[in-house]
Amino acid sequence: MQTHDAKRVEITIEAVMQRRLTQALTEAGVTGYTILPVLGGSGRSGEWSRSGQVSRASGMVQVICIIRPDRLDALLEAAFAVVERHIGVVSVTDCQVMRAERF
Amino acid sequence: MDQILSLAADNLLSPIILSFALGLAASLARSDLAIPEAVAKAMSIYLLFAIGFKGGVSVSDHGVDGTLLLSLLAGVALSALLPLIGYALLRSMTGLDRLNAAAVAAHYGSISIVTFVAGTSVLDSSGLIYEGYMVAVAAAMEAPAILSALWLISRGGDRTMEADLWREILLNGSIVLLVGSFVIGWVTGPDGLSQIDSFIVAPFKGVLCLFLLDMGIVAGRGLRSGGRLIRPPMIAFGAIMPLIGATFGLGAGLVLGMSTGGTVLFMVLGASASYIAVPAAMRVALPEANPSIYLTLSLGITFPFNLTLGIPLYVAVARTVTGG
Repeated sequence: MQTHDAKRVEITIEAVMQRRLTQALTEAGVTGYTILPVLGGSGRSGEWSRSGQVSRASGMVQVICIIRPDRLDALLEAAFAVVERHIGVVSVTDCQVMRAERF
Repeated sequence: MDQILSLAADNLLSPIILSFALGLAASLARSDLAIPEAVAKAMSIYLLFAIGFKGGVSVSDHGVDGTLLLSLLAGVALSALLPLIGYALLRSMTGLDRLNAAAVAAHYGSISIVTFVAGTSVLDSSGLIYEGYMVAVAAAMEAPAILSALWLISRGGDRTMEADLWREILLNGSIVLLVGSFVIGWVTGPDGLSQIDSFIVAPFKGVLCLFLLDMGIVAGRGLRSGGRLIRPPMIAFGAIMPLIGATFGLGAGLVLGMSTGGTVLFMVLGASASYIAVPAAMRVALPEANPSIYLTLSLGITFPFNLTLGIPLYVAVARTVTGG
């Protein structure tokens, strides 16, 4: 099966910033993304869990985009402008996709 | 004093407070007791709808007088003013930096709708009537405090508030549901209530008990995770600030000539601290402020304080002052 190089960008960010992030990604030319709820975790800002959170203020989500490698810089610049001052993690990994024209 | 102690004892042994205590104790003991997220969300929607609807029906039943608009204005003024006092108190008492002090102060100008609901429940049990439009005053008090806190920070820098954040605050689900159900209750009146009272009146206290069980669990988790950041002066602030807010609420109620119950609710609104709308706004507007500090203070210290000791105290003081 023919596959093509792509970049998988995972952005874990506070739920209150989700809409701002996806808007910035769309404006940067990203054509698709997936949003997943984050159940819990631990990091520099301490340990937390989704269960029992009283508001969205302390919840987290993960936004996943798979894009062509040449679009990576524009995406990261757009994402960084949103996540810069906030709790979160941005990671990039290489991946393979079967239908390159969709990304 | 006997009256206060008697009311506090009755309040402490009510199913509502004991449910909260159960959740808090279970959480502090690291039990795995948990209310599913969707259930907690559904209960909060139910409570907001019921309290808004009943407030609207009350206004429809008793009519609107001039104090409605004045009460709304007083609520907005109170919400805008209290963060300034809270900020000064935090800076002098606790030594918190400007950013965290402003973020905490915003919570104390805004309101906790669950504390308000608990207050109405105590008033109902005590047979005290109150102005139904206090629900609308509660909704009006959510946002001005955020503006005050951002003004405190922007004085020393270039911090501004984006227009989108305003829309999110003013149209957040709680405010829309509260005001919307208030309007529905106002429009449909007692006839509308008679059609759904078996749903929004009888089960109300039972649902409130379960919701407060969940709040106890959340408060316990907050204390466990954020407790190490909360030093004794901050704990003192968490108990003193509600009393200051309640005093201003008492003044507003008296100046406006409100009923004893309405005055109590003004005190409750002045005393309560937000833990839903303001934390979300602070995460967007002041992300450098530490959420563990403001959430632990408002949810872990002030909310239990108001629920257990504050509300009976406010009822007793309002009764004494108004003679109700």
